[in-house]
Amino acid sequence: MKKQFPLNHVVGFILSVVLTIFAVFIALETDFTTTIKLWIIGAFAIFQAFVQLIMFMHMTEGKAKVANIINISYSIFLAVVIVAGSIWILTTGHAAH
Amino acid sequence: MKLDEFFVTGDPLILGSQIAIGLTMVGLVVLITYLKKWKWLWNEWFTTVDHKKIGIMYIIAGVLMFFRGGVDGLMMKAQTSRPNMEFLDAQHYDEVFTTHGVVMILFMAMPMLIGIINVVMPLQIGARDVAFPKLNALSFWTFFVGAMLFNISFVIGGSPDAGWTSYFPLAGKEFSPDVGNNYYAIALQIAGIGTLASGINFIVTILKMRAPGMKLLKMPMFTWTTLVTSVLIVAAFPILTVALALMTLDRIFGAHFFTVAAGGDPMLWLNLFWLWGHPEVYIVVLPAFGMFSEVIATFSRKNLFGYVTMVVSIVAIAFLSMLVWVHHFYTMGNSAAVNSVFSITTMMIAIPTGVKIFNWLFTMRKGRIQFSNAMLWALAFIPCFTIGGVTGVMLAMAAADYQYHNTMFLVAHFHYVLIPGVVFAVFAGLYYWWPKMFGFKLNEKIGKWHFWLFVIGFNLTFMPMFFVGLDGMSRRMYTYSESTGWGAWLGVSAVGGLILAAGFAALVYNIYWSFRYASRDIGGDPWDARTLEWATASPVQEYNFAVIPEVTDHDEFWKMKKEGRNTLKKEDVKDIHMPSNSGIPIIFSVAIGIVGFFLVFEWNTLAAIFSVGIIAGLIANSFDYDDGYHIPAKKVWETERKWRGDL
Repeated sequence: MKKQFPLNHVVGFILSVVLTIFAVFIALETDFTTTIKLWIIGAFAIFQAFVQLIMFMHMTEGKAKVANIINISYSIFLAVVIVAGSIWILTTGHAAH
Repeated sequence: MKLDEFFVTGDPLILGSQIAIGLTMVGLVVLITYLKKWKWLWNEWFTTVDHKKIGIMYIIAGVLMFFRGGVDGLMMKAQTSRPNMEFLDAQHYDEVFTTHGVVMILFMAMPMLIGIINVVMPLQIGARDVAFPKLNALSFWTFFVGAMLFNISFVIGGSPDAGWTSYFPLAGKEFSPDVGNNYYAIALQIAGIGTLASGINFIVTILKMRAPGMKLLKMPMFTWTTLVTSVLIVAAFPILTVALALMTLDRIFGAHFFTVAAGGDPMLWLNLFWLWGHPEVYIVVLPAFGMFSEVIATFSRKNLFGYVTMVVSIVAIAFLSMLVWVHHFYTMGNSAAVNSVFSITTMMIAIPTGVKIFNWLFTMRKGRIQFSNAMLWALAFIPCFTIGGVTGVMLAMAAADYQYHNTMFLVAHFHYVLIPGVVFAVFAGLYYWWPKMFGFKLNEKIGKWHFWLFVIGFNLTFMPMFFVGLDGMSRRMYTYSESTGWGAWLGVSAVGGLILAAGFAALVYNIYWSFRYASRDIGGDPWDARTLEWATASPVQEYNFAVIPEVTDHDEFWKMKKEGRNTLKKEDVKDIHMPSNSGIPIIFSVAIGIVGFFLVFEWNTLAAIFSVGIIAGLIANSFDYDDGYHIPAKKVWETERKWRGDL
């Protein structure tokens, strides 16, 4: 097997770093309202998730289709439980008043 | 920081420990040097990538931590044994219950289970090692370094004192300015790396390295529980990683994720902590269920009842365990909808757990039960664990929980779940798999002492806590007045603690006695067992299987024995490819530990300088092209002849 330069990984790494720094910059150094900041940061986060999935997790490669589907649905389940669940818990009840 | 702040001073108990630790360290170094064992230790243990040796090191670390956590527990029992005791002051008591909780869950239960998984699981699936042997060594050493870093806190700098849950705002910089809680954040982070890597390692091993013919539904039950636990580790531990990273940023770098004044939210910590913390409970209890399944099947002389429903229920437990975390903080003032949903999901967990209990009972029904030590632990587990489970359903009801929340009732409940569920299982597993690890059995007679002292001591210690809890005693109370009327209950509980400790001492004596006197002539299969690990020698050869077996059944070894297939033909034995030892994992982990230590004391420049060591370790590892070595077929054949005898 030939050893290739891991271009995908390097590009993915640089993209992740840049996107993160950009998010910090938007949050700390700009004058947008909080809502707009959240939308921009959120968009970066989702974009970065795809970068990770494709560049590092090799989502598009491999023959094991069923395993991929199970993995992706499990990840979506976890993400929904953790993110949506946390927002639900922390913004209703006493915290809302 | 002055030297007298660096070391904890002023308490005779701690001074005693400091002297004892110092003497033990010097003694060990002198002893090892005198016996000229350094090279042997380095070559055979510190750099090993053999899953069995790594497992044994995990178990040794777990037993040591059991002692440490147990002493913490005894100190608490002594302090509360009489009203108005003055054995520990409030601060010291806070530190002791904090370290007791962290040590018992993360540095006792986890390594015991991961250790037994390491030894047994590759053998059960007919593999020669785990998928990533070097990563496995790294897992162990990062865990060990994290555990040691946490353990030195009580003599250097001061222990964490905000409870094993370390709730904000108490655990924040404002209310806990000392280094204690930095230890919590950093040491758990380091140990967590190792656990996450173990989880990944076990998943890949089980999915990719099963012997030919072993379909998923032909795996032994312990392997199944290991797989599901590993999936849970990979799902839950990153949440702890993030939570601890935020805690570190808050405490060391001045961020405010969890402080209200600066726009943060302390409840976010609780939320993240229990998003990890609840699955963690099932991470430790599922492999324990697997061990009981193996032990009960073997000593009832029957195959496991309801294999498929067992698998379905562990998957269901794992799925539900991600959906119940709010039941740890119903009282935060959630909406009625939140509390109702989490009440229901929590109660639902009792269903698959009940299925498992009945499956074990039906496995025993009409079986020819042998009351070996391993089986005794499994038998005691069922009633004790059921008490824990049923009180858990009581706590699950949000409305009722407002009464039970943070009382001793809760403390009694989770000890009734975790001690039968994990500690009994570890004891059952140790008695059962001891011959595979060391080549001799633990003594059955001393084991009976261990069993009876421990089980009686356990019930005496924790049963009274239900009653004082219902009577209004809240957890973590370090003292109480005579007029409460709890003195008698807590006195009994303290006596129970001593009996529990005597039980543990009996185990230690049993290990010593058996190591010196037990028969080494026990063959590969001393229990007449059912699964593949018993097709190897005791202790297991370094390459595990001379020839990888073909699997047709989930009790494959039982079937092999019935069909007479467990013999070896010389022409089948080939050269065996083995991974080489590596010093990188231990050196790399020590580097992480040093950086962690500096971070604890917030010596950030030093930490930054020494992190170069971590990066150097990563780079050095990338250029490691060692492809392992081969054991020639001739040597394998000789080794096999030695233990099989009849070839």
